[in-house]
Amino acid sequence: MTADPRVADPRAAGPRAAGPRAAVPLDPSLAPPGTRAFRDAGGIPADQWHADQNGETLVPTHCCFCGVQCGMYLRVDRAGKVFGVEPRNHDINRMRLCPKGINAYQQVNHPDRLTAPLMRRSREEDFREVSWDEALDFTVAEIKRIQQTYGNDAFGLLGGASLFSEKTYLVGKFARVALKSRHVDYNGRLCMVSAAGANKLAFGIDRAGNPFSDILLTDCLLIAGSNVGECFPVMTQYVWGARDRGASLIVIDPRETAIARTADIHVALKPGTDSAFFNAVLNVVIEEGLTDETYLAAHATGWEEVKAKAAEYPPSRSAEICGVPAEQIVQVARTFARAPKAMAWHARGIEHHSQGVENCLAVINLCAATGHIGKPGAGYGTITGQGNGQGGREHGQKSDLLPGGRSIANEEHRRQICEIWGIEESELPPAGTSMMEMVWQMRRREIRGLIGICNNPFVSLPNYKVVKEGYDTTEFHAQFDFFLSETAANAHVVFPVTTWAEDEGVMANAEARVVKHNKAQDPPPGVRTDTWVMCELARRLGAGDKFAFAGSREVFDELRIASAGTVNDYYGITYERLEETGGIAWPCPSIDHPGTPRLFEDGRTYHPDGKIHMQVVDWHPPMDPYDDEHPMSLTTGRTVAHFLSGNQTRRLGALVEQTPRPWAEIHPSHGFRNGEPVRVVTRRGSEVFPALVTEAIRPDTVFIPYHWPVPTSANALTIDALDPRSKIPEYKVCACRIEHAEKIDEVPAPPAAPGHVAYPETQVSRTDPLPPTAPQGRGTSERS
Amino acid sequence: MMGRTIFIDPGRCIGCQACVSACRECDSHRGKSMIHLDYTDEGRSVASLPTVCMHCEDPVAPCAEVCPADAILVTADGVVQQADTTRCIGCANCVNACPFGVPKIDLQAKLQMKCNLCYDRTAYGLAPMCATVCPTGALFYGTVEELQAERPGVQVADTFVFGESEVRTGVAMVVPADKVQWPVPGGLPVVEVNGKDVRR
Ligand code: SF4
Ligand code: SF4
Repeated sequence: MTADPRVADPRAAGPRAAGPRAAVPLDPSLAPPGTRAFRDAGGIPADQWHADQNGETLVPTHCCFCGVQCGMYLRVDRAGKVFGVEPRNHDINRMRLCPKGINAYQQVNHPDRLTAPLMRRSREEDFREVSWDEALDFTVAEIKRIQQTYGNDAFGLLGGASLFSEKTYLVGKFARVALKSRHVDYNGRLCMVSAAGANKLAFGIDRAGNPFSDILLTDCLLIAGSNVGECFPVMTQYVWGARDRGASLIVIDPRETAIARTADIHVALKPGTDSAFFNAVLNVVIEEGLTDETYLAAHATGWEEVKAKAAEYPPSRSAEICGVPAEQIVQVARTFARAPKAMAWHARGIEHHSQGVENCLAVINLCAATGHIGKPGAGYGTITGQGNGQGGREHGQKSDLLPGGRSIANEEHRRQICEIWGIEESELPPAGTSMMEMVWQMRRREIRGLIGICNNPFVSLPNYKVVKEGYDTTEFHAQFDFFLSETAANAHVVFPVTTWAEDEGVMANAEARVVKHNKAQDPPPGVRTDTWVMCELARRLGAGDKFAFAGSREVFDELRIASAGTVNDYYGITYERLEETGGIAWPCPSIDHPGTPRLFEDGRTYHPDGKIHMQVVDWHPPMDPYDDEHPMSLTTGRTVAHFLSGNQTRRLGALVEQTPRPWAEIHPSHGFRNGEPVRVVTRRGSEVFPALVTEAIRPDTVFIPYHWPVPTSANALTIDALDPRSKIPEYKVCACRIEHAEKIDEVPAPPAAPGHVAYPETQVSRTDPLPPTAPQGRGTSERS
Repeated sequence: MMGRTIFIDPGRCIGCQACVSACRECDSHRGKSMIHLDYTDEGRSVASLPTVCMHCEDPVAPCAEVCPADAILVTADGVVQQADTTRCIGCANCVNACPFGVPKIDLQAKLQMKCNLCYDRTAYGLAPMCATVCPTGALFYGTVEELQAERPGVQVADTFVFGESEVRTGVAMVVPADKVQWPVPGGLPVVEVNGKDVRR
């Protein structure tokens, strides 16, 4: 722990003391009066404004957003309210933060916070604020009515991967034990399940193989389908660190992103062709004798079949499919395979596809064939989009998994969990369906009631029309949230719950490093923790004895026991150890176990035979075919200022100012001028966006960031085709065309919070560097 | 060049504006950012670079030199402070004098505001907010030796030429190792634009 006296000891019980602080060993005479450092140093400014009156505490915690999980301090004032952020020197981020992390604290006391349950008996009525009892009673009555009429499986639960692991554990348990329904899934289904599926198939373990710090040791870094600079900005420090040491950088992306801009090789392939590309790279590796046959013979199965399949993908064939020069494929193969140590990291760009699992397997095949596995600086990883995308599925929130990553279809696993939960095995429902499939079932009236926790499918699921119909068809819908999201606005009941700063719990970042978030302030009056709401609903449903948890710590202790002995072993991880160490990577089977930052160091995987099970991958075209009317590819993604469905970041002034609206990024060859309205048409519909004209995108591709609701929603246009194994939607490619349009349908401005949106007028000493319609961060062009 | 200072490395900038957000959080001008981001080759590339106050030294910073109210103080360690609120008359002379386009005027308050190298932090050995959070190290705070230890072979420039005049700055720019020339063209360390050599 740090010795900084402003840092609160998170282990101290009870509400945080707001008393005078211990002396700070700084000389006040060195600090300019009126500054914070002066106050911190105990100095008394000339106006006698005493430092104690302005005392603040720093609470160590982590960012609530992406899978990097940067360490930060929340600044808490004497009244116990979060009012700012201070960088924290944690191993993961070493003080660095991205704009989302810096502004995250502003949502804690944001004027839009929901502070009383909202309720209405039908969607025609307006919401009214009600007591907790009324909202809970109505919800329980509706659950009972629906389940008694249509069966237990007619009520579903959708969780979220921004929840602490304790809460995701509770979501899984609540669905199966309190609701007794098979239908539970989570929005991590939209995140890294393709990578998870591939890792499980190949290695028998579902996580990245190496810690971020290994990137600094590699000689060749391959980044596939990841806009690291915007989606995981703080991870860039590792990429640049590797570059400083002379590592070569290969980036596979249809856009020239900030990372791609400086790559040694940027392969701007056509969306949806990744496995054809990786098969061809493997083909060259084999042809040029660059495989590591000793490694393969000792550690892999399936190599002969994979090799035979790769033979069908000579660079000339894949070059045609991918729309890139064949020489680039050869160059990538040589650079990656000849490097003494090479690593591959990927993200949604290759995972959000109807063959997302295969794309990830193709990358794994390449790593295995070249022996770049399980060594410092050599291995693979997937970068998690959501803070707890990794931890969110480890303990039973996903439809087919039980705690500890156990399979719900496995007799032995079911028996183990039923014993811990104290229920009969016959009471434990079988696997349910995935998030998008549940929406289809809602539309078909197979699921009649739904509780959503910490998710916003109205913005984040593909094919908005279908999603809206699905939700509108439900007879009862309750949503947990701290802001009224687009999805919550459709509900019958909205439960106002805590932000990450008002509760404690753990998250697992993209390295599978479990980190502890600490409570920085008490929730506003009227707001309860998600844990409390779930336990209270369970009690009213008659399962109170199975949900007698006072808070996160008790849930975590049950989770540890429930994971003991599995691959996802958390048993040795305790809150105290997390605070001492700054994070522990699982598996961690015992209290004295240091955790497992790097996998397979002994050459063994988590399959019983200890080998990598290489899988044959064949390319097939995307699900939405191109034709004369839809000749281009639409691809979607994020922008640095916003997070997922934007429910949180679209309310924070600095972030809204940075990127106020979405855009359609297109190549100058289409004849549009920058800022001109462009209509993007797919088989699902059409929407109008300002054009962002740039050479940094393929001429046959359009990019739209997806954080906004209709009428400028990328996901009103995307296709709800799913990967058959991971059931992840194909967000990253669908057929489209672009047309000139009259005007842009503006997204209604987010509710502006004073002090959060508008800053006093300041005359900037130069012209604004951005054209008025251009979103920041992407180069723009006036040339037509 | 000062001992510890900011080094700007445009090659690493990802345009994320964490620096802009962080600057807004600084206690001495909370809610306003004193940094802006430039896009150097719009429409062709996503390249970007941040502009912070360069803390000029030649012989005294141009903004301080032209200030009729003597409101801009330069400290002994070379930090050009933001205007003293008790003296500043909001005339904007500094805005016009600054070759890097840094100072801003708050029209309502009739006050100048600019980056003061987070003096309240640096006085205690903390890095300025922008360089602390910058996810990529495009803004680095430390000595040139510390920078070079982290990034072997890195070359920096702290003298810029604007037409006839040369300005030496307290903040330095990383320039491509094979393109170092002294002084570098003013404002931005640009040596080529659209493939054309713009050095004269
Ligand atoms: S990189 Fe991710 S974890 Fe770090 S500050 Fe940004 S959003 Fe938060
Ligand atoms: S924080 Fe760093 S990388 Fe981001 S825009 Fe500023 S200088 Fe560039």
